[in-house]
Amino acid sequence: MNKIKYSIFGRSKLSGDFIFEALVGLFALGVIVLAFLLFRELFIESQLSRNTFGLGFLTTSTWNPVNEVFGALPFIFGTIVSSFLALLIAVPFSLGIAIFLSELAPEKLRTPLSFIIELLAAVPSVIIGLWGIFILAPFIRDYLAPPLSTYLGFLPLFQGPMYGLSMLTGGVILAIMIIPITSSISREVIMTVPTHQREAALALGATGWETTRIAVLPYARSGIFGAVILGFGRAIGETMAVTMVIGNSPRISASLFSPSYTMASVIANEFTEATSKLYISSLIEIGFLLLVISFIINIAARILVWKLLKVEGGGVT
Amino acid sequence: MIWNKRKIIDRVMSILTAACVAIAIIPLLSILYTVTINGISAVNIDFLTQIPKPVGEAGGGLGNAIQGTFIVVGIACLIGLPVGILAGVYLCEYGQNKFGRFVSFVADVLTGTPSIVAGMFGYTFIVLYFGSFSAIAGGVALSVLMIPIVTRTTEESLRLVPGSIKEASLALGIPKWKTTLYIVLGTARSGIITGALLSIARISGETAPLLFTSFGNMFWANGLDKPISTMPVQIYTYAITPFPDWHAKAWAGALVLIILILILNIGVRFVTRRKYGV
Amino acid sequence: MQNKITVENLNAWFGAKQVLHNIDIGIAKNMITAIIGPSGCGKSTFIRCLNRMHEVVPKAKASGKVLVDDTDIYDSDIDPVDIRRRIGMVFQKPNPFPTMSIRDNVVAGLKLSGIKNKKTLDTISEESLKKAALWDEVKNDLNKSGVSLSGGQQQRLCIARALAVEPEIILFDEPCSALDPISTSKIEDLMLELKEKYTIVIVTHNMQQAARVSDYTAFFLYGKLIEFGETDQIFKKPKEKSTEDYIVGRFG
Repeated sequence: MNKIKYSIFGRSKLSGDFIFEALVGLFALGVIVLAFLLFRELFIESQLSRNTFGLGFLTTSTWNPVNEVFGALPFIFGTIVSSFLALLIAVPFSLGIAIFLSELAPEKLRTPLSFIIELLAAVPSVIIGLWGIFILAPFIRDYLAPPLSTYLGFLPLFQGPMYGLSMLTGGVILAIMIIPITSSISREVIMTVPTHQREAALALGATGWETTRIAVLPYARSGIFGAVILGFGRAIGETMAVTMVIGNSPRISASLFSPSYTMASVIANEFTEATSKLYISSLIEIGFLLLVISFIINIAARILVWKLLKVEGGGVT
Repeated sequence: MIWNKRKIIDRVMSILTAACVAIAIIPLLSILYTVTINGISAVNIDFLTQIPKPVGEAGGGLGNAIQGTFIVVGIACLIGLPVGILAGVYLCEYGQNKFGRFVSFVADVLTGTPSIVAGMFGYTFIVLYFGSFSAIAGGVALSVLMIPIVTRTTEESLRLVPGSIKEASLALGIPKWKTTLYIVLGTARSGIITGALLSIARISGETAPLLFTSFGNMFWANGLDKPISTMPVQIYTYAITPFPDWHAKAWAGALVLIILILILNIGVRFVTRRKYGV
Repeated sequence: MQNKITVENLNAWFGAKQVLHNIDIGIAKNMITAIIGPSGCGKSTFIRCLNRMHEVVPKAKASGKVLVDDTDIYDSDIDPVDIRRRIGMVFQKPNPFPTMSIRDNVVAGLKLSGIKNKKTLDTISEESLKKAALWDEVKNDLNKSGVSLSGGQQQRLCIARALAVEPEIILFDEPCSALDPISTSKIEDLMLELKEKYTIVIVTHNMQQAARVSDYTAFFLYGKLIEFGETDQIFKKPKEKSTEDYIVGRFG
C-alpha cells in the first residue's frame, strides 16, 4: 500500500488548508479594518472643529469662511428636508412599482420592467445632475411651480420666486434617484411572502388587489419600512446630482422654491477651496456626521429587511 | 352590485400601479434621449483622442479623461477585487461563526457609505499623507465603495454553489482549500464576474469620491502620484460653467460615459451567460 | 473471507443527536456489501463515516474505529484527504462539476493533486471512462459539458471520476435513486464488473437492487445494525423479526 506517499502529501495539504483559511480570513478582517479606518480618519481630522465649536456646530446657522465661524445647521436642514421631500414623492411610486411588478403585472413583463427600473440606478449621478440642470430644473420652474404657487400659494412652502435651482428640484431629483432601490427592495420583500398567504386570500374569493392588501402588504410591512429607510439613507448621502440642482445657498427657508444646500453638497463644493485648517476640519466634521447618520440608517434598515430575507435565504442543502 | 365594485377597484389599482412604473421610466427615457441628442454631434474621433482646449477655442476632447478613468478604476480594481472576492470566500466557506457574521454585517452597512465620504477618506488617508492629489488617492477612494459590494456579491454567488459539488470534490480527496479555490470558485465564476463588472460600472460613474482625490488635469496622465483627469469629474467641471460650448462637451462626455456603463450593465447579462448552464 | 474494512464500535452524531450506535461490521474484500433499511435509519451516515465525509457536515462527529487494511482512518495523524483518495464515493444525485468538460470532470482529482502531463491525463481519462462503461457514448464529445449528459450518463461520469484517482474501495450512496430503470441496470452491471478490482459498499432503499447485486447485506434500523449476513440468507431466512418485517414490506 502507498501509505507513506499519502502521509507525506497529507501534511502539506493540512497546512495548505490552514494557510488558505488564514489568508482569506485576513481579507475578511480587512473589511472591518476599512470600516474602522473610515471612522478613525474622519474622527481625527475633525478634532479641531469639534474642539472649537463643540455641540454648537450642529445648532449654529452661520457659515462664514472669512471670519472662520462654522455652523452646520443650514446643511443639516437642507439634507433632512430634501431627503424627506424625496421620500414623500418616491415612497408611493416605489410601492406602486413593487406591487405591480410582484403581484399584478403579467408574468412576462415583470423581469424586463424591473430591469429597466434598476437601470436608472446605473446612470451616474453626475449625468442625472446634468439632466437636472438643463431639463428638470426648467421644467419644474415653468410647469410645476406656477400651479403650485397659484393653488397652494397660501402655504409658506410654495411662496416666493422660483428660479429653477431649488429645494423642490433637489427633492424631485433625489426621489428619482432612490426609486430604483426602494422599489426593488420592496419588491424583494414582497416576493418573500409565502404563497400560502396569498392562496388563503384567493381561496376566499379575493381579487388580485384585495389579496395584496389583506395578505401581502401586512406581511411585508416591516421589510418595506426597511426599504424606505434604505432609500432615505441613499438620499442623505447622494452628492453630485443634488449639488447641481439645489442652488447651493446656506439658508434656512420655509419655501421649497428657495435654493438650499446639503451636507454632501457643501463638501463637494468647498472642500478643494477650503484654505484654513479650521475650515477643512469643519467640512470633515460634516462628513463624519454624514457617515455616522448613514451607518445608523443602514443598520436599522438591514435589521428590518434582514428579518424577512434571511429566513428565506438561510436554507442549507 | 358588490362584485362589480370590487372588480372595478381591482382594475383601478392595477392601472394606478402600472402608471407608477410608467412614470418612473420617464426620467430614464428623458435622460437617455437628451444625452443622446445633445451629445451625439460633438462625439467624434478628436473628441475621444484629444485633450481639452481652453474655453473659446474650438476642438479638443476628453481623451485624457477617458484614459484617466481607466487608470483610476484600474487601481480601484487592483485593490477592491482581491479584497472583496477573498473576503467573500471567507464569509461563505469559513464564516459560519460570530466573526464571519460580523464581517458580513459590516460589509452590508459599508455598502451605504456616502460616496463623498469615501472621497474624504481618500483625501485624509492618501492625499494628506503624500501631500498631493493623485490617481492612487482616487483609486483608493473608489475601492472603498467597491469592496463591500464585491464582498457581498461574491458571498452570494458562492452560496448558490450546491453542497453536492463541494462534497464530490472532497470525496475525491481534494483538500478543502483546493476545493474552494478551483471547484467552488470555478462553479460560481459567472456570478462573481457579474458582480465584479457591475461594481466596476457603479464606480466608473462616481464623481464625488474623485473631486478631491484624483482632482483633475487638463493634460495626459503623467504619473500615478499626480492629479489625473477622469470623465465624471470633467463632465461636472464642464456642466457647472456658464459656457455653452463647454456644456456641449459635458453632454458629449455624458454620452460616452453612459454608453460605457450601459454596455457593462447590459453586456454582463449576455457575456457571462453561463457557458455550461448551472 | 478477507475483510477490507473492519468497523469497531462506531458511533456518530449530528450535534447532540446520536444517529449511529455501536456499529461493528466487517466489509469483505472484492465483494459488494449492501446497506438497507428505512429512511432515517443511519445507513447514509454509516457509509459517509467510512471515508470521513460525515464530518464535512457542520456539527457532525463520529467516534470508534474504522480499520482499512489495519490502518485506523480515525487515527489522529491520518489526514481525511488521503483517506478519501483511497476510498471513492458516488452520491445519490449525479453531481458532475458543472463548469467542466467531460474529460476535465474525469481527471479533476488528478489535476488538482498536481498531475499536469496532458498525455497521462488523456490516457487515464479514457481508461476511467471505459471502466465506467461510458467511453463509447462520449468519446466524440469529451469537451462537452458534463451536465449536458443524461442523468444515467452523469452518474457513470461520476463513477469514472471516482475511478480516475485509483481508489481501493468505492462507496455508492443510493446511486440509482434518481435514475430510470435502464440506467439503473447499467449501473448495476457496472458494479458487478468493478467488484473484480474494488471493494464496494452500496446504500440502497431498493431491496430488489440489494438482492440483485450484493454478496452481503446489512440491515440498519434506528441507527443500529440489526442483522448482517450473506444476501441470500438475509432475504430468504432473516433471523430477526424486524428484518423480516422490513423485507416483506411491513414498514419503511
